[in-house]
Amino acid sequence: MSCWETIIDYGLRSQGIGERLLPRNDFTLCQQFTLIGSGMIWNVYFGLIALCTGFFMATAVALGKAAQSAWIRKPAEWFIFVFRGSPLFIQFFFAYFLFLSLKAQYPVFSPLTSAWAGALVVLFLNTAAYSAEIFYGALQSIPKGEIEAADAYGLSGWSRFRRVIWPTMLRLAWPAYTNEAIFLFHATTLVFFSGFPALQQRGDALYYANYFADKTFNPFIPYPILAGYFILLTLVVIGVFGLVNTRLNRHLPQERRKRLKIKPQVIR
Amino acid sequence: MPPHPTRLVNFIFSYCTDPASLEGLQWLSCYLTTGKHMSMYYAFGTVLLLLAITAPVALAFGFGGASAARSHFAPLRWFGKAYIAIVRGIPDIAFFLFFVIALDQGFEFIRHKIKCPDWQEPVRQGNDFVICTAAKLPLGNAPQWVHESYGFALAVLTFAIVFGAFAANVLFGAMRAVPHGQLETAEAYGMSRRQTFWRILVPQMWVYALPGLSNLWMVLIKATPLLFLLGVEDIVYWARELGGSKQPQFTDYPHPDWRMWYFLALLVFYLAFTKVSEVVLDRIMARLTHGQATAAGEAQRKAAA
Repeated sequence: MSCWETIIDYGLRSQGIGERLLPRNDFTLCQQFTLIGSGMIWNVYFGLIALCTGFFMATAVALGKAAQSAWIRKPAEWFIFVFRGSPLFIQFFFAYFLFLSLKAQYPVFSPLTSAWAGALVVLFLNTAAYSAEIFYGALQSIPKGEIEAADAYGLSGWSRFRRVIWPTMLRLAWPAYTNEAIFLFHATTLVFFSGFPALQQRGDALYYANYFADKTFNPFIPYPILAGYFILLTLVVIGVFGLVNTRLNRHLPQERRKRLKIKPQVIR
Repeated sequence: MPPHPTRLVNFIFSYCTDPASLEGLQWLSCYLTTGKHMSMYYAFGTVLLLLAITAPVALAFGFGGASAARSHFAPLRWFGKAYIAIVRGIPDIAFFLFFVIALDQGFEFIRHKIKCPDWQEPVRQGNDFVICTAAKLPLGNAPQWVHESYGFALAVLTFAIVFGAFAANVLFGAMRAVPHGQLETAEAYGMSRRQTFWRILVPQMWVYALPGLSNLWMVLIKATPLLFLLGVEDIVYWARELGGSKQPQFTDYPHPDWRMWYFLALLVFYLAFTKVSEVVLDRIMARLTHGQATAAGEAQRKAAA
């Protein structure tokens, strides 16, 4: 079987399209590359959607944490504490069993017991909490002069937020937010190891890498392939966030623009 | 071997002898003190043990890595930088899953080479990893506790390698944060490179390293449930095991699926643990910055004045 046929058979295997049976023996390099790459679709799906939706909730929670009223501030603080103070792995397990018991009572919740929706909800809340803490830090360090200048121009309320506070907050938070995005993509590999079942062996990249390592008893091929894919993904994330960073900083003189620096902040 | 007695259990509370007759809180107190629950409480000890062993070992690995990355001998420097860099692009869980098998096979391969020098066949045959029986780790006839300790030791080593890389990154940054003038002064006093490193750089770097290291401690706490993935019978294992629904014919304490509540308990345990660590680390930081020439130290001085 040529490699091209393997790609046609297994390229979309993680979505349930193509050959049903996974290879059982005589694993070729091509099969490992194709299946692990196919699994990456899940990692990109979880990471991308959680990031895009989590962004808005993070902004809201950050504003909540910076609010004067304790009725708004306390829930925001607790939300951030609960999701940042406990392991994501345990959050996944808890959420999965919570959704299972909800499903037993109200059938409406049945999609949440499968990974595509349930794990996405957990990742969304998790990244919202981590990003909210970053955005809150940035809100606190907005130069006083910029807000005073906005006041002097007669801006207030929504337009002051939309035109002055929010862009500055994003600009200050962006390097840390880039790290958050990278580690969110890494965290997506936990999904299929934490209760959420991989129906009909439709798993993510780590699921397939683990499958090959178990079957061949040789970790030295599938895991480096997985690592290669993730390095590529990380580079893409850095590239895209770098472009946004340039745009956010475009009004600053060249030498004051901050370059993105990648600092690992690791497991959640 | 004598026939295994089915109900030879030590009861903590005397009224637990007949669970079927119990109600409410009494039932719960008996349920939570069964032998299996005791194993779960021991598993909390396993987690603490893992933290207690891993933290210093990872710090040592990190120190080695950071020193290597500063080395003037190029291959050593490349090794140090590569070690630090592995944490940046690749998910840590992949490392956990990788190192556990790789270390195991590595150890067995070395023992195989030493113990069975005249073995002719290749070690990898298709999908099998074949070594002579004498080189098996642990030996096939070893008692159960040896198998468990070996698994735990592999997990500790894996944690130490991965977290050593994170610690190396923090310490490398801290070493660079020590003001350069300090090192130049040391050289002006005629200290050798080694003396400058041990007498000037290392004592001063800890203040700069502490924020990063305390962050790392939090991260390490949050990584302990991953022990489950490494095949250790830890709290996650027991929570799944004990929480699943139990039928009356197999147990004295039948109950529906309670895994949600078990994981809620774990969640609360971790939140409390993080909170306590946060408070303690803040105190340590306040003590260490006392009298230091850093912004935080300056703030303390002003507040006291």
